[in-house]
Amino acid sequence: MEYFLELVFSGLTRGSIYALIALGYTMVYGIIGLINFAHGEIYMIGAFTALIIATVLNMYGLPLPAVLILAAIAAIVWSAAYGFTVERVAYRPLRGAPRLSPLISAIGMSIFLQNYVMLAQTPNFLPFPTLIPEPAFLEPIASMVGTTDLTILLVTTVVMVLLTLLIKFTRTGKAMRATSQDRTMAFLVGVNVDTVISITFVIGSSLAAIGGVLIASHIGQINFYIGFIAGIKAFTAAVLGGIGSIPGAVLGSFVLGLTESFATGYVSSAYEDVFAFSLLVLILIFRPAGLLGKASIEKV
Amino acid sequence: MLELRHVDTYYGNIQALYDISLEIKTGEIITLIGANGAGKSTTLMSISGIIVPRRGKILFKGQDILGMAPNTIVQLGISQVPEGRHIFPALSVAENLDMGAFLRRDKKGIEEDRAYIYELFPILKQRRNQPGGNLSGGEQQMLAISRALMARPQLLLLDEPSMGLAPLVTRQIFEIIKKINKEQHTTIFLVEQNANLALQVADRGYVLENGRITMQDKAELLLANTDIQRAYLGI
Ligand SMILES: Nc1ncnc2c1ncn2[C@@H]1O[C@H](COP(=O)(O)OP(=O)(O)OP(=O)(O)O)[C@@H](O)[C@H]1O
Ligand SMILES: [Mg+2]
Repeated sequence: MEYFLELVFSGLTRGSIYALIALGYTMVYGIIGLINFAHGEIYMIGAFTALIIATVLNMYGLPLPAVLILAAIAAIVWSAAYGFTVERVAYRPLRGAPRLSPLISAIGMSIFLQNYVMLAQTPNFLPFPTLIPEPAFLEPIASMVGTTDLTILLVTTVVMVLLTLLIKFTRTGKAMRATSQDRTMAFLVGVNVDTVISITFVIGSSLAAIGGVLIASHIGQINFYIGFIAGIKAFTAAVLGGIGSIPGAVLGSFVLGLTESFATGYVSSAYEDVFAFSLLVLILIFRPAGLLGKASIEKV
Repeated sequence: MLELRHVDTYYGNIQALYDISLEIKTGEIITLIGANGAGKSTTLMSISGIIVPRRGKILFKGQDILGMAPNTIVQLGISQVPEGRHIFPALSVAENLDMGAFLRRDKKGIEEDRAYIYELFPILKQRRNQPGGNLSGGEQQMLAISRALMARPQLLLLDEPSMGLAPLVTRQIFEIIKKINKEQHTTIFLVEQNANLALQVADRGYVLENGRITMQDKAELLLANTDIQRAYLGI
């Protein structure tokens, strides 16, 4: 039973990280119908930013929680700036072009950012400092679920709640939903669609940055390639849940995280990806639009 | 209020509008009639800034708005109810109305207008929490018009409001159009294939054929014109 719970928690932790990244894919897809292949790199840049800031702050001997928060804020700002810029330079000029053009531009952007970080930093793995403290009072359950897992779950929950409130109740959120449902009509009621698209990239990138900081702190090392792997998994989760659907991305992420966790725990970690992608194929056969996707979409 | 001067609009290399000139005065109901593919919707989209004409001028209260962003044009006071209604399907009826008032900040005025609309169309009040996509065609048309009114436009562009509606509902919608023109002093530019009905409510009309304006006159004279009767009124 304890082992089972351990696997559940580890699945939920993975799922949370996937969700933080998958939301960026699904929101951008919902608004401009583009699979933003460079999104994984935004997450990787978040992790690198946090590493640099945390290293500097650690030298000054700041307390851990302060370092974590400051590093996370820096990561969010920096990733958001990258996400915003990528949209401006790589996608906006191609608006109105055939669908394939921005897709290729996105792949180019992804490769460019990977290589840029590899050259500017290093091709090797860098150790990532532990930023999440392990207080003594959690000792008894530490074998089932560590503080890092709890922190990841908690942060993800808070972020999801805030995002839901933003999208449901604010003027910006309504404009985002309207734009994704009918772009021409959004123009006609006076929405500045370009601004909405930029905001979507900024929000998606910020969420990815949070994911980047959390996972880097969890795993303890990063390199320029982590965005590619995490990106593919999160993208899978988004498709699983129904790309374009926000609750779908969250559900898909948890389904994927739990599947991987159980596959690793009860079968072998070698089969983790086999189970994950078999699940994807199965769901796409029986529910082509994904778990919560609308049946009508035919965009990819 | 609105004047188009020698407007040419293209889709890529294909020209859809040729040398369109027309004028709408404050308080008027003007109609633009024409067959399928004549360029009626293109004319409205050119005014709203969704498609930018290649040549010509579009003057709104003396200011050339050609090339301005669609949101600026809405802000200036021009709202459009596009062909096919374009209700935001997953937004509730109330949220669709909110979107109509997207550029307004006067909370009190917005609520007054909402109350006016719920009085005009009680069904929208009943359905206010349902997704817009669940409404019937007629109800969606009412919502589309109401959403445009939430911007408190000075000029309302209506693209085929009668499309796909039963005659009774169409009558009702046209009554409302007249009422809005009278009570809210909204100037109206009405695009229609149903020339008979449109010419009955309009002050003046323009006839569009293959992207060109071929006739313009007082509505009652167009109604009496034998060419128009043969081509558009099925008489
Ligand atoms: N997005 C587009 N791309 C290319 N051509 C277009 C586009 N939209 C319209 N057209 C062409 O422009 C011309 C005018 O079309 P428009 O939609 O303005 O006609 P309409 O008078 O509104 O017709 P209907 O009564 O069927 O709505 C048509 O020949 C049409 O094929
Ligand atoms: Mg039309």
